Amino acid sequence: MKQTLFDKIWDAHKVMEIPEGPDVLYIDRHLIHEVTSPQAFNALRAKGMKVFRPERTFATCDHNTPTLHQDMPIEDPASAEAVSALARNTEENGIRYFPLGDPGNGIVHVMGPEQGIVLCGQTVVCGDSHTATHGAFGNIAFGIGTSEVEMVFATQCLMQTKPRQARITVDGRLRPGVTPKDVILYIISRLGTGGCTGCFVEYAGEVFRNMGMEGRMTVCNMSIEMGAKGGMVAPDETTFRYISGRRFAPSGEDFTRSVERWRQLYTDDDAVFDKEYRFDAADIPPMMTYGTNPGMGMPVDAVIPESAVGCDSASFDKALAYMGFHKGQSLLGFKVDYVFLGSCTNGRIEDFRAFASAVKGRHKADGVTVWLVPGSKQVEKMIEDEGIGDILREAGFELRQPGCSACLAMNADKIPEGRYAVSTSNRNFEGRQGYGARTILAGPLVAAEAAVTGCISLPQHTVC
Amino acid sequence: MRKIITIHSPAVLVPTANIDTDQIIPARFLKTTSREGFGKKLFYDWRYDADGRLIRDNVIDSQLSGPASGQGRSILVAGDNFGCGSSREHAAWAIADAGFMAVVSSSFADIFRNNALNNALLPVQVSSDYLASLMAAIAADPALVVSVDLLSQTIYADGAGEERFRINGYKKECLMKGYSDIDYLLAHKDRILEYEESHL
Repeated sequence: MKQTLFDKIWDAHKVMEIPEGPDVLYIDRHLIHEVTSPQAFNALRAKGMKVFRPERTFATCDHNTPTLHQDMPIEDPASAEAVSALARNTEENGIRYFPLGDPGNGIVHVMGPEQGIVLCGQTVVCGDSHTATHGAFGNIAFGIGTSEVEMVFATQCLMQTKPRQARITVDGRLRPGVTPKDVILYIISRLGTGGCTGCFVEYAGEVFRNMGMEGRMTVCNMSIEMGAKGGMVAPDETTFRYISGRRFAPSGEDFTRSVERWRQLYTDDDAVFDKEYRFDAADIPPMMTYGTNPGMGMPVDAVIPESAVGCDSASFDKALAYMGFHKGQSLLGFKVDYVFLGSCTNGRIEDFRAFASAVKGRHKADGVTVWLVPGSKQVEKMIEDEGIGDILREAGFELRQPGCSACLAMNADKIPEGRYAVSTSNRNFEGRQGYGARTILAGPLVAAEAAVTGCISLPQHTVC
Repeated sequence: MRKIITIHSPAVLVPTANIDTDQIIPARFLKTTSREGFGKKLFYDWRYDADGRLIRDNVIDSQLSGPASGQGRSILVAGDNFGCGSSREHAAWAIADAGFMAVVSSSFADIFRNNALNNALLPVQVSSDYLASLMAAIAADPALVVSVDLLSQTIYADGAGEERFRINGYKKECLMKGYSDIDYLLAHKDRILEYEESHL
């Protein structure tokens, strides 16, 4: 029978089927952080149990961590306790932990692939919805709740009902100035913020084949923003090159044998999906959002539309009122207060390269606060090794230290009430970046233009 | 876990579509390592201003007082695509801790649905038409009693009528008997060990 990539991985991990119920899946990699794991550790302890397969779990702290003075104790006592609890819990259970300041520390979805923890054809879970990121390597990767984290701790398995499957194909060549973030914002704006609920998505076509791993991770990361359980790209030479030589990846003959196996990870020619969507790369412009969910997106040089897919008119109006925008408004030249480059969506080296290429020889605009937050210690190091740090400093910018930062404002990096932020993160929900904060999601090039002009502008060299 | 069989209660209505888990419980309340007490923080930023003062006539608290005050409201009726966004189970904890036993919507985000089921909070998925009728009926009579019966998988309210909802047989039994998934998996540890033996 013809199978999709998803079917192949699902079947290979099925431990058992529950009558009239979900399947039980074996989990290859469990990533954890300090926000969604403590209650699961507590519950396990209350049952007198320890983590069943600790060698399959990897931990980092990222949400509560400051992006300045990481060598000092964490100021906020609640954040400090959350991070300490993770250190204690991982120690007690023999789980490898990358603490703050460790060369392997970073946002869980940035450091996981960097360390070679995440490979191909695996099941990968984390108590974090952006776990979809790891689908970029051809994995079934998805976010879970804390009860499910406890389930994986206790049994290395998870009960899941097999989702429906969708394929999104984008063929053709992207126009200059269009980044992977624009591709996914475009797709979400077309399908709506709940458009793929109940589905697992495979991204196919020329655009994803030609994309680097960082770009594929950006795309898969935001699958959840259209409701998808996860998103994946079939692995290829680009994937194998990325994994080769990484710390926890197989090496030598092991690696060669693994690659031979990974080459079987593709969707058969005649496999059938529940839903198929096709887009033309030439139609995708630089994008941004104007509302309070990621489906409310539009081309940077468009005017705010009358409606959005999957959003009734009262909810649409409520979103515009929160943002202080109106239908038919152009945002070109609109003054912004903050720019945030970072997060598990756009905090990787490619994003810093793109941002630096756009601001090189120019200067930060007055009146705009710019937070540049690498996704991990390794990204931070590469920024300096490649001379990107110098370019940024010459242009008047400062780099902060790695973490989730202003994406969800659990640390001190909060956008003040009523202020506008161009943010390369993944969610523009009400209050996401701070109480009353107004978020405009965009890619690194649109963020760079906002940082040097102080307002919404098209990336230079964009061909519209 | 608590058991759920039937629920008869007036509802709290939040008709907005795409209510994300950041609205249900803002991230700044997720720093605690316990799972207790989140009910007080439910929809916090819709209910309190930047200084922590209760916003008068806010959509949530205005329904908890008035003609039906004193009756516990254990059903939440919300717009389409409820619980999207972050995987935080704190959202399900907050709703359950605030006294709700069921959430009714025309669709639920996948992770939220699982989190709800794992906390004996019943996600009742109805058709868009039924949801519209139910919302209209509740808006016309905020004290309207809504009935959810898990055994027959039906929801009923005067003015909206009855509709059947789906839930898989395994989960239904878990909810009705108060079983948890972890206990089930632990009882099948031999299968997990067999899998490891043959696959890894």
